[in-house]
Amino acid sequence: MNHRVNPIDKSYFAGERRDGDFTVIGSVVQRSDVLGHVTGRTEFFEDLALPDMLHLKMYRSERHHARISGLDVTEALAVPGVVRVLTHADIPNNLYTPLKLIGVGPDDEPILAEDTVRYLGDPICAVIAETEAAAYEGVSRVRVDYTDLPAVFDVEEALAEGAPLVNEYQGQNHFIYEGHHCRRIRFGDVDKAFAEADHVFEWRYQSAPIEQAPAETTGCVVVPQADGRLRVHSDTQACFFTLDNTALILETPFNKLRVVGGTVGGGFGGKVDVVVEPVACVGAMLTGRPVKFVYTRYEEMQVSSPRAAERIYIKDAVMNDGRITGRKVTLYVDAGAYARHSPYGTTKAAAHLPGPYSIPNVWADCHCVFTNRTPSSAMRGFGVTIGDFALETQMDRIARELGMDPLRLRLINAYRDGDMKAHRKIAEGTALVEVIQKAAEMVGHELPDAYRRMSSTHREGR
Amino acid sequence: MAKLRGRGYASVNYPTGMNLGGDPSQALIHSTTTGTFVVSLSSVDLGQGIKTIAAQCAAETLGLPYGNIIVDTADTDTGPHCMGTFASRGTHRVGNAVIMAAAEAREVMLEVAAEELEVDAADLETDGTGFIQVRGADEKRIHITDLALAAHFEHGRTISGRGIFLKEKNEPVPETGEMDPDSCQAHACTVAVVEVDDETGVVEVLELHNAYEMGRALNPAMAAQQVEGGAWMGMSHALFEATEPYYPARDHGPRDFSEYLMPTAADIPVQRSVILERPAANGPFGAKGIGEMTANAPIPAIGNAIFDACGVRLDSMPFTPEKVLRGLDELRGLDELGDASERAHAPATGHERP
Amino acid sequence: MGSQIVSLVVNDQRREFIARPGTSLLSALRESLGLMAAKRGCGQGTCGTCTVLVDDRPVMSCLVAVETIEGASVRTLEGVARGGELDEVQSAFVDGFATQCGFCTAGMIMSAEALLERDPDPSREDVVEAISGNVCRCTGYASIVAAILDAARRRRDAASSGGDAPAVPAGSEAADGAGVR
Repeated sequence: MNHRVNPIDKSYFAGERRDGDFTVIGSVVQRSDVLGHVTGRTEFFEDLALPDMLHLKMYRSERHHARISGLDVTEALAVPGVVRVLTHADIPNNLYTPLKLIGVGPDDEPILAEDTVRYLGDPICAVIAETEAAAYEGVSRVRVDYTDLPAVFDVEEALAEGAPLVNEYQGQNHFIYEGHHCRRIRFGDVDKAFAEADHVFEWRYQSAPIEQAPAETTGCVVVPQADGRLRVHSDTQACFFTLDNTALILETPFNKLRVVGGTVGGGFGGKVDVVVEPVACVGAMLTGRPVKFVYTRYEEMQVSSPRAAERIYIKDAVMNDGRITGRKVTLYVDAGAYARHSPYGTTKAAAHLPGPYSIPNVWADCHCVFTNRTPSSAMRGFGVTIGDFALETQMDRIARELGMDPLRLRLINAYRDGDMKAHRKIAEGTALVEVIQKAAEMVGHELPDAYRRMSSTHREGR
Repeated sequence: MAKLRGRGYASVNYPTGMNLGGDPSQALIHSTTTGTFVVSLSSVDLGQGIKTIAAQCAAETLGLPYGNIIVDTADTDTGPHCMGTFASRGTHRVGNAVIMAAAEAREVMLEVAAEELEVDAADLETDGTGFIQVRGADEKRIHITDLALAAHFEHGRTISGRGIFLKEKNEPVPETGEMDPDSCQAHACTVAVVEVDDETGVVEVLELHNAYEMGRALNPAMAAQQVEGGAWMGMSHALFEATEPYYPARDHGPRDFSEYLMPTAADIPVQRSVILERPAANGPFGAKGIGEMTANAPIPAIGNAIFDACGVRLDSMPFTPEKVLRGLDELRGLDELGDASERAHAPATGHERP
Repeated sequence: MGSQIVSLVVNDQRREFIARPGTSLLSALRESLGLMAAKRGCGQGTCGTCTVLVDDRPVMSCLVAVETIEGASVRTLEGVARGGELDEVQSAFVDGFATQCGFCTAGMIMSAEALLERDPDPSREDVVEAISGNVCRCTGYASIVAAILDAARRRRDAASSGGDAPAVPAGSEAADGAGVR
């Protein structure tokens, strides 16, 4: 064996480990999928040879925001090999939102555009053909007349008075959380903290959308069965979630669908939206033949939902000794044109504030904002990754301003067991202090005794 | 013109699971006639290795060798429900469900073995190699293959079990944000060492030192995979990645891997990682989810290291050469005006400055 | 232009099939010959998941029009394991945990095979260059580079001892985990 493992430092939390006598846990066993991978025999969804399979390719909006004033598919249908062109009229329940399964609404996204497109790449019609080449040719012959509408791309401009309305199903350019314009955290009294602070620091942070970029693009193959059911071979990250959403869109009983998958060429959050299966299922139902719909790399890069761009303002009340006594965060998550999973990610972002620190006064307004942009959705670290960039940059800036060691600043403020978090959950199983101590040791960063003795399990002098 | 070296720090926590609508996953397990145990799931393996982890959890709980376990996933006709693979929930939820299912199957296994051996089930133990034996009298034992055959053909018993893990639904209080969204928290601290070319603005990450606390590393080699790959992705996010490089403008969006830049094998830094384990009370054998967390700390650590190296504070991602150069130009302008405000803080940690 | 018969030697077997002009080698392998190891990650020559060997040279099979290589010898991952035995590169990938999702693995291994064929003792830089066209989103590449270097060692050891030497012994330097690179 030449595998690499990271050393485990068992001197930390030694009393809590209760290692017992594990025979398999904690051991290096061979990955059960590796022999398939190195011989090329692992079956991904696309490794399915079906002789009568049709290929589906999407014609997508060429405008950011527009009314569709005309749609002509006659030339596309005339392409040799093109079997059918699907429009919104073919989708039984054309309007959906994936989180309706957990009671989140409203339905705000058409499977295929009806009279309006809201981002560059919004799907309008699906060309189904005997070959991929014919499907592409058909897509190139679709004619759409657009009447441009004003578009908005910046989260704060979108929330300003008079901004163009992105999504009329939402009714305003932000998601509404139980009657509130954003997800809020209210803990203690930040204004009092600012008034009493030795220093107040406020900075702004911004990120751009990031693509999950799995090696395998999003896709599925739908195979009609003799009993009228549909077998959906998919690279979804969530088989039942995809099944349930697809059944609602198809207006079929749930047991008409069977999703087969589980072996996926990377996901990173990019394969939790239900964006290929519904339209491919409609194609299979209407043609009675297997239909494959796989995103091109271009679609994966520019049309599939990325990690949201975020804008974050952080204002901190800080004392001369480094204690952060108040933190006010205003977060704007750029959801793009449709909600997808962004309302949930924004709540997750709120729950993460104010970072792994015990700050007695926290105020946060976390806005889920609609713009005329590719809808964003989940990605590795959903709701947290960009927040961590902002929070930890903020910590470094505070340390610089105070002339403090950046690790000591973190240790002074680190959350410990028993602390009440800003979302009013008692912290347990914390270990921030220890990972900081360990990292300091790894790079020879000297910490005074008092800081080396700190522990997540108890606070000094308590 | 010089290459400026700097060091930056970041420490983070990360929630395992994210629950708002109720978050369950199920597992079923049964023995074949010859004592192979099939774990039925509908959980998705994205490459993180849930198939392997589920088999390890089943083997450990049953007290049987890893090789006795087959994991059958993901088919909605044959596998019980799983919410999906996201939110660092797979190992935690599915692991717990598999343990519960395997514990129930183990109980039946020991009952049947007790009948076969004519002893009390409470006196039985597994040896991890495939035998069920009387504690302290290991000559009195039966192999799982013989036991499974007997269960099927003589006792009329199914050696099987059902498991579910449910994180119950929780609604945030809209006025305060009070909520219970997660199951446990993993932790990380990253120290990044970078070199900034002040002529080109190019940032090279030279070293990443990481301490990760993950509850328990169920398979240390696979934990290392998450750690290495995640830190690489964090570095990639920090320096390169954007589908809209001039956000909020939509122009110049990359279309393929020749335009969407990521570090190659030539760009990877020296990476040293150490794992700490503080077992989570509700985690499978104490494990917390780490898949997502590993990408997070490197980003601000790299940004902070860039400031340490050259005095440019980057508050927008990614940290492209263009942004570094614009920042350097601004600092030079400030210097000319005699304003030494933020730059004065730059060498605070006193690292070498060529 | 109509379809034509194309003849290739694929994994040492002569294979003939009908293809339209412009059909990519990748499509021919997957759709006409049923060889699914090579993947289509982009179809544009930017990801390397479709890498196969044509006359011992690594190519991105999505970019090769099949009629332009009439008669050529093509090797895919399916043709690497001889008689069911994993070769050194495959074994090193298994032991080194150099796969995660597995979608890039076929291309990575074929790029490695091409490298080791022309240079049995490559430097780290040679390995990095050999896989520079292969995108992996999971691993961060370090384990893959290490596995290819390990494979080269295994193959050299096997050659110097007449082919029956063991692979890298257990407890080699990487296994202690310190200084993962």
